[in-house]
Amino acid sequence: MSKTVSFITENFGKYDPNSIDSYLSIGGFTAVKNALAMSSKEIIEIATKSAVKGRGGAAYDTGRKWSQAASVPGDNKVVICNADEGEPCTFKDRNIIEKDPFRLLEGMIIAGYTVGAQNGYIYLREEYRHLRSLLRNAIQQTMDKGYLGDNIMDSGFSFHIHLYSGAGAYVCGEGSTLIESIEGKSGRPRIKPPFIKEAGLFLLPTLVNNVETLAIAAAVLQNGVDDYIKYGTPDSPGTKIISLAGNVNKPGAYEIPFGLTLREIIYDIGGGIPDGHKLLLFQLGGASGKIGSANILDTPYTYQGLAKEGLVVGSGGVLVVDDRTRVIDFVKSIQDFFIHESCGKCTPCREGNRQIAKIIDRFVEGNQKPDDLHTAERFANIMQNCSFCGLGETAQSAFLTAIKHFPEEFGIQQEVAK
Amino acid sequence: MKMINIKIDNIDVTVPEGTTILEAAKKVNVNIPHLCYHPDQAIKANCRICVVDVAGSKKLTPSCSSYVFEGMEVQTNTKKVRDMQKGILELILANHDQDCLKCLRNGNCELQSLCQRFNISKTNLEDTVDALPLDNTNPSLVRDSAKCIKCNRCVEACQKGQEVYALTHSHRSVHYNITPAYEAPLEQTFCVFCGQCSAVCPVGAIVEKDDTAKVWDAIHDPKKHVVVQVAPAVRVALGDVFNLPKGSIVTGKMVSALRRLGFDKIFDTNFTADLTILEEGNELIKRVTQGGTLPMITSCSPGWINFVEGRYDHLLDHLSTCKSPQQMFGALSKSYYSDITGIDPADIYTVSIMPCTAKKFEAQRPEMKTNGVQEVDVVLTTRELGRMIQSAGIDFIDLEEGQFDNPFGIGTGAGAIFGATGGVMEAALRTAYEVITGKALPDLNFTEVRGLEGIKESTIDIDGLELKVAVAHGLGNAKKLLKQIEKGESPYAFIEVMACPGGCIGGGGQPIKSTMDVKAQRIDAIYQIDENLPLRKSHTNPEVIELYEKFLGEPLGHKSHELLHTHYKSRGMKYNFKELME
Amino acid sequence: MNSTETKGFGILTKDLATKIDTIINYYQSDSTKLVGILLDIQDVIPKQYIPREVASYVSERMNIPLSKIYDVISFYAALSDVPRADYVIQLCDSVVCKVTGNTDLRDAISSILGINEGEATADGKYWLEYTPCFGACDVSPAIRINGKVHGYLTSKDSVKAVLDQYQ
Repeated sequence: MSKTVSFITENFGKYDPNSIDSYLSIGGFTAVKNALAMSSKEIIEIATKSAVKGRGGAAYDTGRKWSQAASVPGDNKVVICNADEGEPCTFKDRNIIEKDPFRLLEGMIIAGYTVGAQNGYIYLREEYRHLRSLLRNAIQQTMDKGYLGDNIMDSGFSFHIHLYSGAGAYVCGEGSTLIESIEGKSGRPRIKPPFIKEAGLFLLPTLVNNVETLAIAAAVLQNGVDDYIKYGTPDSPGTKIISLAGNVNKPGAYEIPFGLTLREIIYDIGGGIPDGHKLLLFQLGGASGKIGSANILDTPYTYQGLAKEGLVVGSGGVLVVDDRTRVIDFVKSIQDFFIHESCGKCTPCREGNRQIAKIIDRFVEGNQKPDDLHTAERFANIMQNCSFCGLGETAQSAFLTAIKHFPEEFGIQQEVAK
Repeated sequence: MKMINIKIDNIDVTVPEGTTILEAAKKVNVNIPHLCYHPDQAIKANCRICVVDVAGSKKLTPSCSSYVFEGMEVQTNTKKVRDMQKGILELILANHDQDCLKCLRNGNCELQSLCQRFNISKTNLEDTVDALPLDNTNPSLVRDSAKCIKCNRCVEACQKGQEVYALTHSHRSVHYNITPAYEAPLEQTFCVFCGQCSAVCPVGAIVEKDDTAKVWDAIHDPKKHVVVQVAPAVRVALGDVFNLPKGSIVTGKMVSALRRLGFDKIFDTNFTADLTILEEGNELIKRVTQGGTLPMITSCSPGWINFVEGRYDHLLDHLSTCKSPQQMFGALSKSYYSDITGIDPADIYTVSIMPCTAKKFEAQRPEMKTNGVQEVDVVLTTRELGRMIQSAGIDFIDLEEGQFDNPFGIGTGAGAIFGATGGVMEAALRTAYEVITGKALPDLNFTEVRGLEGIKESTIDIDGLELKVAVAHGLGNAKKLLKQIEKGESPYAFIEVMACPGGCIGGGGQPIKSTMDVKAQRIDAIYQIDENLPLRKSHTNPEVIELYEKFLGEPLGHKSHELLHTHYKSRGMKYNFKELME
Repeated sequence: MNSTETKGFGILTKDLATKIDTIINYYQSDSTKLVGILLDIQDVIPKQYIPREVASYVSERMNIPLSKIYDVISFYAALSDVPRADYVIQLCDSVVCKVTGNTDLRDAISSILGINEGEATADGKYWLEYTPCFGACDVSPAIRINGKVHGYLTSKDSVKAVLDQYQ
C-alpha cells in the first residue's frame, strides 16, 4: 500500500494548469467562494485548527501569523508568496506551481482576504523562470474570471497579484531580504524592528507565506479542516510535501502524512539506496538543516519526533547520502554553498564562513592543524549566536551535527584515547 | 515620554522608550564595543561586535539595534559575551591589512583601540586579506580595501547624507566589498571628493591623500618662498588633534605652529573670504538689478561645484562665477603678492590648510592658474596639519599666540563665519545691505540662516527690495533646492550651499570624530570669533580696501575677472547618452 | 552584431538602446522592478552580461544611481558583469548533485568543450559556471543551459546529446 497521500496534491495531474476552465471543472475556486462567505476570524480559527506550521522552513504557526497580520492596523496591507525555494534538495513548491498554480492563487486570495490585504506578490526564484509564463497566465485568467481584481465576486473584497522575479540568491528566502529584492535592491536582510508584519514591503504591513502553506490553506478551505487533520499524528496533524533526493532510487516530491518514520520515507517511498550501497547520513530541511545517521532511522517524521533527535522539518527536504561520499566531503559541499550564498553584510557570516571553509578544506585534505576543530566550533558558535539573519545562524548546522554524529571523522576519538 | 526600567550588568537604569541598549549602557558608564555604529548615522548592525546577552534570548543581541523594554536584563561582560565579541574582532582582523605602524590612522583607529581593549595577542585564524586594487589616482582621497572592515559608514555618508552615491556595497559573501560601480576609480564616478567617507571611516580604508611630504620638501627648499593660508574652519577644529576641548579656538597657537614649521608667511583665508563677499555681493546685486540668472548660488565649496558639474550641469549658470576664497588667495599670491615682494611667481609656493579634501581637487584644476603657475601648490587638510605639527615635535598646547602676516592677515567677522553653514549668506547680507542702502545695518546678526537645520530660509528687506534667500548644507539638502530650480519653482534670489553637513567646520578633512555634537560646538566657536572681532563686515576690511585701491580697481572689474572669477563646465562623465536617447 | 555601434558606448548600440527602452517601458520604468528589468536586459545582450555602459544607460533612463544598479548586478548570481557566452551552462554544484555524480558530469562537459568553470569556449559559444541548487534534485545530476533544465546526466553520451541541441 502506498504510504503517500493526496490532500495538498490532490489536483496534481487532474487538470491543465494552463487553463482556468479546466481548473473550474474540477471544483476550482470553491475555496475562495467558501472563504468569502466567512469572516476573517472564522478563517483564522480554521487555520489555527489545521495547526499548519510555515512550510518555508521556520515552522511558525500559520493561524497565529494570520491572526497577527489581521490585527495589525492598516488599510493597505500586502501578502507575499515566497516562491524562492532555495534550500538545496527542496523542490516541492516547484511541483505545486507546475501542477496546481490556481490553487496557489486561491491560497493567496484567501490570505489577502483574511488579513485585509489589497495586494499580493509572488516572488519566484530565477531558477524557476520557466514557470513565469505559467503563473502570469494563471493570474490573467483568474483576473478575467473575476476571482482576482476589484470587488471579487461582488464580495466587496479587492485583491491584485503581482509577479516578481528573483535573480539567484538563496538569502532572498529570508522575509526581509525577499522584500528588499522586490523593492529592486540587492538582497541583504533588514534590521528589525520594524518587523515586516508592521512595516514590510514598501513599509506596508506584510504577511509572508510559503507556497505550500498557501496551497494548504486553499485545500483546507475547500475540503474542510477535518479532512486535513485526519492525517498525521495528534502532535503533528496533517500532511507535508517532502522533497526526497540524493542517493535514493526514486527521488521526487511526495505528500506524506506526518508520522511516517524516516526509514519508511527513504526505503518505502524512496525505494532505498541504489546499487546496494549503505546509508551514510541524511539531512533534513535543506543545506541549513541538521544531519542524522542510520541509527535514528526509526524516528517518526513529526515536528516533535524530529526535535527529540535535534532535527527539524525545515523546508521538507530529505537528502539521502550513501557511503560513496565521505562525511567531510559532504560538509565541504554544504560549506561551499554558504560561501556562495552569504550576503556578506555581517561579520560573523561573511568572515566566519570564510575561516571555517579554510579549516574544512584542511580536513578534506587531511592536513588539519591541532586547533582546527576547536577553532571551527568556536566560530560556528559565534555565527549561530551573532549573525544578522537566519542564514548565518544555520549555516553551520550540518557541520556541527556532523561532528556530533561522526566524531571519528574529525579525529575526536583519538583525542579522547590520548 | 514613557520611561523604561532595565538592568544593565545588574545596575538599574531608567531610560526613555526607544533608547537602544548601547545608548542605555552609556548612562551607566558602560561603553559597549562598536564599529559600524556612528551617532550621526542610521543603525546598521553589520559588524555585530556590540552583541550582548539579554535574559530570555537564546542568541546574543546586537545592542546598537535593539531597543530597551520594561524589565530587560542585559549582561555586557559575561564570558560568553566577551568571547564572542573577541571572536568577531578576530574575524575582522583576519581580513584586515595589519600594517598599522604605517597607516595614517595609526593611533587614531577604532579597530586598533578595540584590539587594545580586548588584548588581542594571538589568534588561531589565518589572515586572508582579500582586497581590490588601491584607488589612489584622484588628488583627494585614497581608498584601500585591504583595510576595509565593511562597516558601511562611508556608504551611509555618501548615499544618505550626501546623496552622491559614488560608493556602494557590492557582491556578496567573501567578495562583499565597498566600491564604486564596476570598481571604477573615484574620479570616474560622480564622487565630489567631499571626503565625508574619510571622516566617518573607523579605520584607514578611506583617507585623505597625504601631501605633507610635498610641503616639507618645499619648506626645506631654500629657493622656495613658502606661504600658507588657513581657512576659517581650521582654527576651531585643529585643537581636537591635541585633545583640547571640542570647539577650542586655537588661532594664535596655530599661527605660531605654522611659523615654527618653517612657513615664510602665514596668511588668513578669512581675508579672501572678505574679498569673496565683495565680488560675490556685487555679482548678486548686478544679477538682481540687471536681470541675470537667479537664484545665484555660492561657489566657495568645491565639493558642491563638483556636484553641480557632475549631475546638474544644466544649472551651471546659477553658480556665482567667483572663485573660492582658497583660489582667490592663490591667485593673489601669484600676482599681487609677487608684485609687492618682487618674488617670481614660480618661486612662490602656496600652501592651503583646509578642512576639506575637495580643495585638493580644486587646486589641481587646470584653469586655476595665474601668471602661468598653479595658484595653490598644495592643499593640506586639518588632519595633515595636525600630523605635521606632531611630526615636528611641537608642543602645541603651550604655544604662544601668533599673529598672521600682512598683507593678507586681516579677516573680519564676516570672513570668519564662512566656516559655518549660513556664514557666507550672513556675510553677504551684511555687505549687500550696506552697499545697496548706504546705511548701517541695525543688527548684524542674521540668526535665521544660522544653525544645523538642513535647509534654512530668510527674507531680507533691503530698503524695500525683498530678497528671499536659502541656505543648505549637505548635498542631499542642496539637491532639494536644485530640484526646485529645475522645476522653475525656486522662490530665492540667493542660495548658499556648503557640501558638508554643518558647513566647512564639518568638512571631510577635519579631525576624525567630527560628530554633529562636535560640529555644533565648532559653530558656536565660529560665531564667538565673529562677535569678538572689531570688524564684522567684509567691506570694512582695511586690507581688502587697500587691495582694491592699489591693485584690483573695483569689484567685478577687469583685474577681478581675470584673477578672481572662473567658469564651470560639465565634468564630462564617462557616457553622454543624449544621442542614444533621441 | 550590427554595424550601427556608436563610438564610445562599447556594445551599447542604438539598436540595443531601443531594446532596453522597450524593456524599461514594459515595466513602466518602475524602480522596484529593477531585478526583473536587468534580467530581461541581460537576455538581449550578446554574451549574457551587463557591462558598465549598459548599466549607466539604465541608470540614466530610470534615474537610479549607477552604484545601486551595480550592487544589484554584482549581488545576484543570475546577473553577470563579465561577458559569458551565447549558451550559459550552469552546473549544479549543490550537495544533491554532488552525491549523485556531478563531478563526472563536470568532467564530461570539460572534456567535450575544453573549458573549466568560469571560462568560455574560444568561439564564444559556451560558458560554464557552477550554480547552487536550482531545484531539479529529482532529476539530478542536472545542468541548466540558458535557463532550461537538463537532468539525469550520468553518462558522457547523455551530456553530449544535450550539448548538441545548442549549436
